[in-house]
Amino acid sequence: MATLYFERELVELKDKLAKLLDSSDTTTTKSLITKLKKEIVKKEKSTYQNLDAWQTTLVARHPKRPGTTDFIKTCISDFIELHGDRHYRNDKAITAGLGTLDGHKFMILGHVKGSNTTDNLKHNFGMANPEGYRKSLRLMQLAQKFNLPILTLIDTPGAYPGIGAEDRQQAESIAVCLREMGILKVPIISVVLGEGGSGGALALAVANRLLMLSNAVFGVISPEGCASILWDNPAKAKQASGMLKQTARDLKDLNIIEEIIDEPFSCAHNNPLLTLENVKAAIIRHYLVLSKLSPTQLLAQRQKKFRLIGRYK
Amino acid sequence: MTSWFEKLTPNFLHPESKKVSIPEGVWHKCPNCKETIYGKDLKKSLKVCTTCGFHFLLCATERIEQLTDADSFKELYANLTPEDPIKFVDSKPYPERVKMAKRKTGLTEAVLTGDAKINGRLVSLAVLDFGFMGGSMGSVMGEKITRLIEHSADTNQPLIVVSASGGARMQEGILSLMQMAKTSIALNLLKDQHLAYISLLTYPTMGGVSASFAMLGDVILAEPGSLIGFAGPRVIKQTIKQDLPKQFQRAEEQLEHGGIDRVVKRGDLKDELSKILDYLTANIQ
Ligand SMILES: [Zn+2]
Repeated sequence: MATLYFERELVELKDKLAKLLDSSDTTTTKSLITKLKKEIVKKEKSTYQNLDAWQTTLVARHPKRPGTTDFIKTCISDFIELHGDRHYRNDKAITAGLGTLDGHKFMILGHVKGSNTTDNLKHNFGMANPEGYRKSLRLMQLAQKFNLPILTLIDTPGAYPGIGAEDRQQAESIAVCLREMGILKVPIISVVLGEGGSGGALALAVANRLLMLSNAVFGVISPEGCASILWDNPAKAKQASGMLKQTARDLKDLNIIEEIIDEPFSCAHNNPLLTLENVKAAIIRHYLVLSKLSPTQLLAQRQKKFRLIGRYK
Repeated sequence: MTSWFEKLTPNFLHPESKKVSIPEGVWHKCPNCKETIYGKDLKKSLKVCTTCGFHFLLCATERIEQLTDADSFKELYANLTPEDPIKFVDSKPYPERVKMAKRKTGLTEAVLTGDAKINGRLVSLAVLDFGFMGGSMGSVMGEKITRLIEHSADTNQPLIVVSASGGARMQEGILSLMQMAKTSIALNLLKDQHLAYISLLTYPTMGGVSASFAMLGDVILAEPGSLIGFAGPRVIKQTIKQDLPKQFQRAEEQLEHGGIDRVVKRGDLKDELSKILDYLTANIQ
């Protein structure tokens, strides 16, 4: 599962190399090792160069891809998690709290998918219920009250489609986030780390700066969902993914995001630390610009940006 | 979320819904109780089944005719029409689908916007049309709704939006999704000026439309039997692998769960809207 279909040959080569390095007979294997290493470099290039939309989607969903939890562990000091929507329960699909990034104090919120099966279930695979969005809004408004900038990290297949979620008004909980984020008087920076699944992702993305990792995706519907509507066949997701234009490059071309944050050549899941370093640097860079704006300027910038989105004749 | 509308239970879709007027001399079969109704009677009953009370789908022009004073509707932003921002092609290219929808409905997009009078009071009115690509929201709907909100603020006039939509329009990709944010943010303008916004939900109001302007009314009304929710029933069923409760996501059920203010029969809508606006405007400025 952790090996994607187009990585198989590369992984085989790497396994072969590991075995050779383990073997004791160094004199006869030495030339083999050199040859294999060269082969691996070449293979890496052909594997990760020009990923198509579907491969990018799989990379964006990779279980080893760094997410909100990794970001907080690696880049944030003095993190104090805050819980609950004050009405129903604490939604673990979204982690939120106070944290310091390179000396700057932030309110941080992000989807958490979980990194193994137990964890996935605990966090509901990053699919929030209404209480998750209500917790987010509560804490974003708290941030405004105490003049703290807001950082949101996006990584979700979407809002949870369930009976309880509907009964507790999933649609309303998202809509209110969208409306209220539009008038928050503090800087908001959002980074799509992995998957940005439709409304459930957008509910955390009404930001002054929307950034995306180079292999993240963000779209109106999942390729599987699109394929099942168009062809009654979720297996045609690969075909749909190409049509939906959901990669970071696509969103940059459509003027939806401000910046693409580079991942290491072999993708985030093969080098999480370097990836998170890049994310951190980008956030700080944008924050330093936004921190100089007045509340009025921040609102004007954010509102104008969303007001202008759309193509029509 | 989004455009699962094409898979809506067929017995709730009514073929006549796309036509501007009901052919009066023909018999219609109620999709709910299967009784037949004479066209003339169906029109007189505002397209509500005279036997069981089932509310047939209305197209936008029928809705406007029923809700507003005769000839008071003055359309705004009628010239806006979609582009093809992501060159989406399924079995047909997106521009081809738009052209078909235009031909079928006689509309230029899935929403009509304009000024109208309700019992003599001027309001800004938007009416979505489910017959136009499932009432889906793309750039044009987002822009028209946003302009209408701004128009309400400029003219100091209450806003009424009648929703009927499967959600965001996937053929415009991320641009459709972003219309949710655009329209929702714009609604802050009305709050600042204490201008009333009444949202009327009809069959169906789902996905990107319910998760933006539709669920943000100061007062939210719904027609009986309307399907109202975020995720479509099919998606939920597939996810939880259980059957759904019989009345799941219906207006009556949503009233019980506290998601909407009132369920109002079609025949009472105009007067209710008018009375609610009386209250919400009486003590302002
Ligand atoms: Zn009937």
